[in-house]
Amino acid sequence: MAEEILKVEHLNQFYGDWQALHDINFTLNRGEVLTLLGPSGSGKSTLLRCLNGLENYKSGTIYFEGKKVDPTEKNWQNIRQKIGMVFQSYDLFPNLTVMENILLAPRKVQKRSEVDVKQEATKLLKRVGLEKYVNAYPRELSGGQKQRIAIVRALAMHPEIMLFDEVTASLDPEMVRGILKIMSDLSEKDHMTMIIVTHEMSFAAKIADQVLFLEDGKILEDTPGKEFFTKPKTKRAQEFLDSMNF
Amino acid sequence: MNWQIIDQSLPIFAKAFQLTCWLSLVGIIGSIIVGIISSLIQYFKVPILSQIFTAYVELARNTPLLIQLFFLYYAFPVLGLKMSAETCGIIGLIFLGGAYMAEGFTGGFNGVNTSQINSGKALGMNDLQLAHYVVFPQGFALSMPALAANIIFLIKETSIFSVIAIPELTNTALDLIGMYYRSNEYLFVLVVAYAIIMIPVILILSYLEKRVRYGSFGN
Repeated sequence: MAEEILKVEHLNQFYGDWQALHDINFTLNRGEVLTLLGPSGSGKSTLLRCLNGLENYKSGTIYFEGKKVDPTEKNWQNIRQKIGMVFQSYDLFPNLTVMENILLAPRKVQKRSEVDVKQEATKLLKRVGLEKYVNAYPRELSGGQKQRIAIVRALAMHPEIMLFDEVTASLDPEMVRGILKIMSDLSEKDHMTMIIVTHEMSFAAKIADQVLFLEDGKILEDTPGKEFFTKPKTKRAQEFLDSMNF
Repeated sequence: MNWQIIDQSLPIFAKAFQLTCWLSLVGIIGSIIVGIISSLIQYFKVPILSQIFTAYVELARNTPLLIQLFFLYYAFPVLGLKMSAETCGIIGLIFLGGAYMAEGFTGGFNGVNTSQINSGKALGMNDLQLAHYVVFPQGFALSMPALAANIIFLIKETSIFSVIAIPELTNTALDLIGMYYRSNEYLFVLVVAYAIIMIPVILILSYLEKRVRYGSFGN
């Protein structure tokens, strides 16, 4: 029986007079992967950032783990501990080492014991193949390595959902594969619930349980993953896939 | 130039030297504390307090230290608050310096990338944690050049204390000149004394600036 972990109803977002998101509705079940696709500027990242309150959406309701989210900053601070996010620009803290980056939030925000978190961090670093770099500073790492650390940093919080915002967009093609592999593993082995904004079509086709296709801030399609890539419902989505040579 | 005159004046200058160092040190530390508090309050737009501190910064930066000191030293006693010249000097220096430091730190804090703030927020940090772990360490490094300039500025500003008769270096030199009419000798000692303070300070600050910028940061 699929358990609903996230539900969005009638979400609207404006920048001044301009409407960035129009009446967004969708639900996501625990353990599933939702992929947000669409051309640049279609509102994918904006939507993603609404889901952990980094954007103050104008109207609409988000339900997380069955409970209606009261969109106050204080409340978001609690929810963000359960909704991890990884950014295109990595955004590790440049003044902290790899280990310090990972330990910071679990220690200071979640008040967990240093020994526990350290042990877990070491395990996660091993998993992404970077256990040698515990004492390195972000500037000593390549883009791909930084992004792997950013994923580990988010995972160390024990999130229920992971949000990925174009996490491979600024990486070398060679690095991209490693990151995508980690994400696939998270889905397959850990059954992590994930929402992914990406332009990597073949990856999306493999991993997505559900696809939201957006354009101009509207959801044009809400389709199961396999179906979207073989026979999308809308002509616009077909054009989009064609243009991506998929 | 009469070296004997210089030699005789050295014990008096040594005292004045100590006082200048002490007043500068207290003034600088006080200014940094006031500046950090003020800029964090402005950065996080704490209601009411941030307006008060904005007004303070504008007032302090747009009035001369000389006038601030006159106010503290001559006007406050009329209002019933009498303080020693040293206390007035330190309060005046911190009042002025705090505002300059606040502007410097605000510049640094605003220079911290929004994406870094979002990254911290996404990890569930509250405002205080963001300030402590993200905004402050990165913003502090960015404001290092301004901080260094302000420290040098404040040390030099202590010379204005001479007008409220604090026996620091400038006051002492002017006094001695008034008494013995040996301007060459006393001004020479005065310049050397300031150089002895400033040169190491400048060297230390530029070393720190390099360390903070390239040591723990940058690409």
